[in-house]
Parts: sequence; C-alpha cells; structure tokens
Amino acid sequence: MSENQHSTDVTSADQNTFADPGIPEHQHRRGDVDAAASKRAERQVVVLFAISVIGTIASLVAYFAFRPDGTTSGTRLSTLTLGLGMAFALLGIGLAAVHWAKAIMNDTEVSEERHQLSSPDDVREAAVASLKAGVDDSGIARRGMLKGAALSALALFPLTIAVPLVSSVGGDWNVSKLRHTRWEKGMRLATDPTGRPIKASDVTIGSVFHVIPDVSEKERSSGEWLSEKAKAVVLLIRLDPRDLHEADDRKGWSYDGIVAYSKICTHVGCPVALYEQQTHHLLCPCHQSTFDVADGAKVVFGPAHRPLPQLPITVDDDGYLVAQSDFHEPVGPSYWERLK
Amino acid sequence: MSTTTTERAAAGTADYLDQRTGLGKAVKEFARKTFPDHWSFLLGEIALYSLIVLILSGFFLTMFFVPSMTLVTHDGPPATMDGVLMSEAFSSTLRTSFEVRGGLLMRQIHHWAALLFMASIVTHMMRVFFTGAFRKPRELNWLVGTTLLILGLAAGFTGYSLPDDVLSGNGLRITDGVIKSIPIIGSYLSYFVFGGEFPGEDIIPRLFTLHIFVVPGLILALVGVHLFMLVLHKHTQYPGGGRKDTNVVGFPLFPVYTAKAGGFFFIVFGVIALMGATMAINNVWNYGPFDPSPVSAGAQPDWYMLFLEGSLRLMPGQGTEWVIGGYTLSLNILVPAVIVPGILFTFLFVYPFVEAAVTKDKREHHVLDRPRNVPVRTALGVAFLTAFIILALAGSNDLIATHFSLSINAITWAFRILIFVGPWFAFWVTKRICLGLQRKDRELVLHGHETGRIVRFANGEYIEVHRPLDDQERWLRVNYDAHRPLEVEPATDSRGVRRKGYKQDRRMARLSRFFYEDRVEPVTPAELEAAHSHGAHDEIGAAAGREEIGSGSTH
Ligand code: HEM
Ligand code: FES
Repeated sequence: MSENQHSTDVTSADQNTFADPGIPEHQHRRGDVDAAASKRAERQVVVLFAISVIGTIASLVAYFAFRPDGTTSGTRLSTLTLGLGMAFALLGIGLAAVHWAKAIMNDTEVSEERHQLSSPDDVREAAVASLKAGVDDSGIARRGMLKGAALSALALFPLTIAVPLVSSVGGDWNVSKLRHTRWEKGMRLATDPTGRPIKASDVTIGSVFHVIPDVSEKERSSGEWLSEKAKAVVLLIRLDPRDLHEADDRKGWSYDGIVAYSKICTHVGCPVALYEQQTHHLLCPCHQSTFDVADGAKVVFGPAHRPLPQLPITVDDDGYLVAQSDFHEPVGPSYWERLK
Repeated sequence: MSTTTTERAAAGTADYLDQRTGLGKAVKEFARKTFPDHWSFLLGEIALYSLIVLILSGFFLTMFFVPSMTLVTHDGPPATMDGVLMSEAFSSTLRTSFEVRGGLLMRQIHHWAALLFMASIVTHMMRVFFTGAFRKPRELNWLVGTTLLILGLAAGFTGYSLPDDVLSGNGLRITDGVIKSIPIIGSYLSYFVFGGEFPGEDIIPRLFTLHIFVVPGLILALVGVHLFMLVLHKHTQYPGGGRKDTNVVGFPLFPVYTAKAGGFFFIVFGVIALMGATMAINNVWNYGPFDPSPVSAGAQPDWYMLFLEGSLRLMPGQGTEWVIGGYTLSLNILVPAVIVPGILFTFLFVYPFVEAAVTKDKREHHVLDRPRNVPVRTALGVAFLTAFIILALAGSNDLIATHFSLSINAITWAFRILIFVGPWFAFWVTKRICLGLQRKDRELVLHGHETGRIVRFANGEYIEVHRPLDDQERWLRVNYDAHRPLEVEPATDSRGVRRKGYKQDRRMARLSRFFYEDRVEPVTPAELEAAHSHGAHDEIGAAAGREEIGSGSTH
C-alpha cells in the first residue's frame, strides 16, 4: 500500500514533462525517536481529559451556585457560568483527542489506489440487459393503454391532498381585503399604543403622532387586530400651512396643516418611522426610502416608487380629529392587481 | 489476562453482528480508508459539526418553545415585559430565556451555531471552488452542496422568525412585500404563506413546522447524499510529490482520522459553547413582541441575509414600477429580490458545467488546482465574492453612514456604482495577480532560490548564487495543465456543406478564449536544461521563458 519512492532523475522518459518525485520523505517527530517526549505527550493528553472532567463538575457547581432570579444580570451570570463549564468540558475532550492523534498515533502517510468510478463495460451491458428484460416482462412498451392509465392515476392522485390543502391554506382567499383598512368616515384618530383620541389642538407644529383607529379595547386585544393594525397605522404630522403643497384634488384632506399618511412603506411594507422636522422628510429605516411630507409624501430617494397613501381627515364637533373616509387606494407594497 | 477477556468479548460481539449484518465487509473496506489532511478540509467538517450542535440545541429549545400566535398577557420576568400583551411564541421565548435553566445559553448556542453553520458552508464552498474540486466526478456533489447552502438560508430565516419579536416580524413583513410583488399570483401567494392577510395567526406555527421538520429533514437527507458521494469519490488531495489522479495519499480513517475528526467535533462544539456563554445575541426582550407599528433604525438581519437586504436598498425606485394595462409590475422589488439572487445562484449551479465545456475536459480530477494555475476561474470567484460583499455592505449602509458620519444618500450612490465596477475590477486584478504568481513560479523553477551569496568571477563579473529547487518544490510548480482555448472546426465540411452546430461551437470557442487566452505554460525539462546550460545567472533563460508566455494569445 504505502511506498516511499525517491527518484533522482528529474525528467521522465519522453523529456516533455518532469517526473513525479514521489511522496516526500517521512519526517520523524520528537516523540517517535525520544521516549521521554512520547511520555510527555501522553501526560498532556491525560491532563486535557482531566480538564474536561473539571469543566463538567464546574458546570454542575454553577447550576447550584447561580440560580437565575428573573433579572437580566442574574440570568447572564447563570448563562456565563453554565456555558464556561460546558465549553471546558467539550474543549478538553476535543483537544485531548486531536493531540493524541497528532503526537502519539502513527503519522506515516499511506497511499491508496483509486478505482475507476464507472462500471466496466460488461457490467453496463448486463445492467442494460436487466432493465430491458424487466421492461419486456412488464409489457409496457407494447401496451400503450396501460402506460397511459398508470401515468394518469399517478399524476392525478396528489389532487386528493392538494385540493383540500389549497382550499384552506390561504384562509378565505379574499385578497380584496388588501384594498380596505379599518378607517371609515367619522372614525377618530387615536394614539398608538394607548388608544387615546387626539384633539386637533393637541397637535403642535412639527410634532408627530403615531396613530391607530379609535377602536374598543376589546378589539385591540383580539387575534385579528394585528392584521388590521398592520394596514391601518398612520403618521400624523402638523406642518406650517405655508410649507404645505397640496394637490388640487386633495385640498380638503388636511386640517389646518395637519396631514395623515399611511405609515406602511410603499416599498415592501416596513413602518416608516423617522421624521426629520427641518426637511419634512420621512425616512423608512428598512431600505431608506425617503418621502416628502410637505409635498404629498412623494418619494425623494430610495427604492420605493409611490407616495405614501394619504388619509383624508377633518375634525368632529368635539374638536377630535376624524377620518373622512378610508384610504382612497390600497396601502403598503404594490401588487399585481392593485389598480384593478 | 484481562485483555484476553475483553478481546474475547469483542470478538464475540463482532461475530454476532457479522453473522446478522455482514458488517465485516464494511469494516474491512472502511477502517483503513485513506483521508488526506489539510486545514481547508476542516471547513466542511465545521459545517457538519455545527449542524449537529444545531440539532442538539434545537431539540432542547423545542421542549419549551410554544409555536402559537395566540395573544397572552405575559406573567413573569423580565420586569419590562411583565403584564405586556404578546404572542405565546414570544412569551415562551422569554420563559426559555429567563426561567429555564440553561435556556438562554441554549438559545445563544443555537443562534451562534447557525451563524457558524452558514459561515462554514460559504468558506467550504470557496475552498471547493478555488481548488477546482467541483470538477469531474464531483459536479453532482457541487449541486448538492449549493442546494444545502440554500436550505441553510431557509433554516436560518425560518428560525430567526420564530420568537415573533419586532425585528424578525419586520423581516417577515419585508418577505410579504417581496411575495406580493410577484406578477399575477403575488397577493394569492401572500395569502398562501400567511393563511390570509399579513401577519395573520398562522405564520409562526407554519414556520415552526418548516424549521424543525421540513428544512432540517431535507438538510439531513442531502448531507447524507453529500457524504455518501464523498466516500464514493474519495477525498481530493492537494498537489505534491506522489499525489496523482489515480491514488489518494493521507492517513487511515481508523484511528488517526477518527480521532482527529471526533476531537474536532468537540472543539467546534466547545467554541460554540464559549460563544454562547460569553456573547449575547438576539436579546429579544429588548425589542419587544411583534407589533406592526414600531421599528428601530440600524436593525440588521443575520449576516447571511444581508446581501438581499443590500440588494433591495440599492435599487432606485424612480421609474422602476411599471403599470401595464392596469396591472402593476414592481421591478423595483423583483429585480433586487428575485433577479439578483437568481443570477448569483445560477452562477453557482452552472459554473462547473460551463468550465468543463470550455475546457473540453472529460477526465476525472482528484488532484486539486492551485488557484493561480486557473487564473480566470479564480478571478471569477473573487468577482463573485466581491459582488456578495458589496451587497452585504450595502445592507448595512445606514450603520456605515452613522458610524462614519456620512450621508446615507451618498453611500447608497457609491454602492450603486460599486456593484457594477467592483466585481469587474476584482476580476481584472485577481487575474493579473494569478498570472504574475505563475510567472514567478516559472522564474523560481528556472533559476532557483536567491541565496544572497555574491560570487566574483575571475573576469571580474559578480553574480548571485542561486540554489536550485529540490524535486518536491519543483514538482509542485511544474505539475499542472495550462489549458488552451478550443479551436473551432470550419463552418463547412469538406464538400462545402454548412455544418450544423457551427454557431454553437463558435460561441463556445469565444467563451473558451475568455478563459484560456492568457496563460502561463509550466516549465518543461528542456527549458530547464537550456536555462542551466546558459550558466548560473540565466537572464537569457528568463527572456526565453517570457517569450513562451506571450505565445498563447497570438492565434
Ligand atoms: C438546520 C439548521 C438550523 C438553523 C440554521 C437554525 C437557526 C435558528 C435561528 C437563527 C433561530 C433564532 C434563535 C434565537 O435567537 O432565538 C432558531 C430558533 C429555533 N430553532 Fe433553529 N436552526 C436550525 C435547526 C433547528 C432544529 C433541527 C431544531 C429542532 C430540533 C430547531 C429548533 C429551533 C427552535 C425551537 C427555535 C426557537 C427558539 C427560541 O427562539 O426560543 N432548529 N433557529
Ligand atoms: S420597506 Fe421602506 S424602504 Fe423598503
């Protein structure tokens, strides 16, 4: 198996290529020639295994000594001590085994022949013959009907699983829900997360409110609420009316410089949360799309394409801000039939 | 005496098993199987061992994690979360962290192991790519490996989302936005994934099933195939004396390799335990439970997802959302989130086949290439990595901006340009470096090492004495193939009839020229002879070598 040939002639017979000098000469380690070094290596391996045992014991001691008390620092201490014990227990074993292999076990390289991966020709022929015999036996080549029937049955049966699955996996499949949010005419704007309705007089110039529809406490702790909230969240900002450029068809959508825009980024839907007072820019932290609140929340930078949808607002008789209607377009990221 | 009793007991057990399983044949076959040794072969092992750590720590976590989105009022530590309304998933993650002994340790071990798993897969792939280990007969194993990379991404993504915190919830929301952008079926696909509107109440249980059953199952099955093929093919080996395509040189599986590999498992596990013990990761109680409204700047996904994040960030939105016949086509999302990763993964999947085609190479390869000896492959690999790294950096552009107090818009623009220029530049530089290293190898072979010893001749001339390379050193530098570009056969055959497939051949030849036009041939014995006969200082030999180098590109 192993052969350490050392040829001295540099070139092979044809003189066009060099000759392979063979496996390099084996270098002996200290431990191979010096009994004391070998003994020392053995002792080192024993010590490493002993460190592992100590690590395990330390971990058990830590288990009893540091009980997590519910505070972050207590939990950290318990994590640290348990983990260090564990790490030593593992590293001791690992280093011992590797040191053993490297310092004590035989390190002479051996060479093994590789065998051709492909099967010999006669084996291939026999394989083809067996398959052919099988195909002939089944008669599949001659009986077209049979083949068709078998394939149809196999192709169809997954439907028995797929149809019930697909019918329910998408909930009610009513994708038109993407067009509507919880906002409706007269619904008050409330603060997120406390749910306190907002008076127009509370909104000073330059201030920003994170807003949800004013729904009952009960609705807000229901399972469906997060899905509704995921569409309905709004940012409320008051600008100096002189800074505000409004499109003609949206003149009546703001109230005294107060504008309300969907907080859901038109890129891929992150909450747009960072407002810069001086520039009136809203920045989406996810991919930095930047919207100009003073100018219809149009995109001024980044990967979003469309302005944030605007929620038309006004005030009710008690001076609370209310929605005039739902949004006039679907909020959030674009999808194929958005405009249909 | 006692040894003979244990020996007898072992022999008895072996006999019992062999009579029932024929185990003897397998042991004879595998016990002394030869494994070559090199540090870079450990990268794949790290991936395997961190997978085992993931399974062990993941099992621990499943004992306490509750995959449910039902809202509950959390009762217990930490104080900031006591009494807060949250999903059971988030609440159980808090309980695992604060009330289960060793629970936080296991969470941190699991998360660090996941990061290490992906990092070792990527570096293992780099080793395989740059050394040409994907060549025949290992192309299929390269495909299995690339699929494992994708499954690893899936495992990491589904796991990261499970605690249902604000950060991972926003990751899911981005996913929802990307899904919705898919033409025609986007909104239906979003309902398919979330069981209705985002976020719904199904996604965490669904991700849980994927994360602990489907994805790990597929990974384990493919790891099985991967290792089976490894044994079938036997390991590749680095070039050197006595290493041939017809043999494998190394250490026997039992005991040396078993001890080293087994020991290495414990070392990897130990290092991950050390990380889990000392380095906090994903402190979800600081983020809070998922809520579609709050978000924090500077939030980062795990590193292996950054390239997608960066890709989304770089795409300009202006003019890239088209409305065609009333239907919306969001190229600003499709291009970065579907096309860009599509290109990256297609490159990985097809590369071995393209290289084999332009090389017209049908031989088996078991001796690895030194990366410099295949300059265009190496350069393509570096260009690919450069693109990946630029995208990942772009995924942190906000952190870069705040850290270096730069404008985020300027940085984004810089990256938009870099993503086109960077890979091209990296290709060019790497190819030059490879060719340079090959030329240096030639010099060395022809003229030997400089010794720094100056000798004066009788005629007054000074020369530096060069020590010739020994057999092993020389063999390493001359034993490679410098492939030549494919020649195209004429467009018409001998009777003047247009040949079918000529166009295809010509395209292939052009691609082949791209790969092998510039090349440095290995030194031949005749050249070495000539260099020696020209005396000890050899300027002439070097010039001859140079001429040889240029000759490749002249036809
Ligand atoms: C195959 C590769 C795997 C990868 C890359 C992976 C990755 C992850 C990641 C990144 C997390 C988030 C951890 C956190 O910070 O909370 C996670 C959570 C989790 N993983 Fe895995 N995982 C893998 C396999 C498994 C397996 C095999 C199991 C179960 C047998 C498992 C069970 C879990 C559980 C229960 C959680 C939620 C724990 C919690 O957050 O409290 N994972 N996984
Ligand atoms: S989600 Fe707002 S920029 Fe991407």
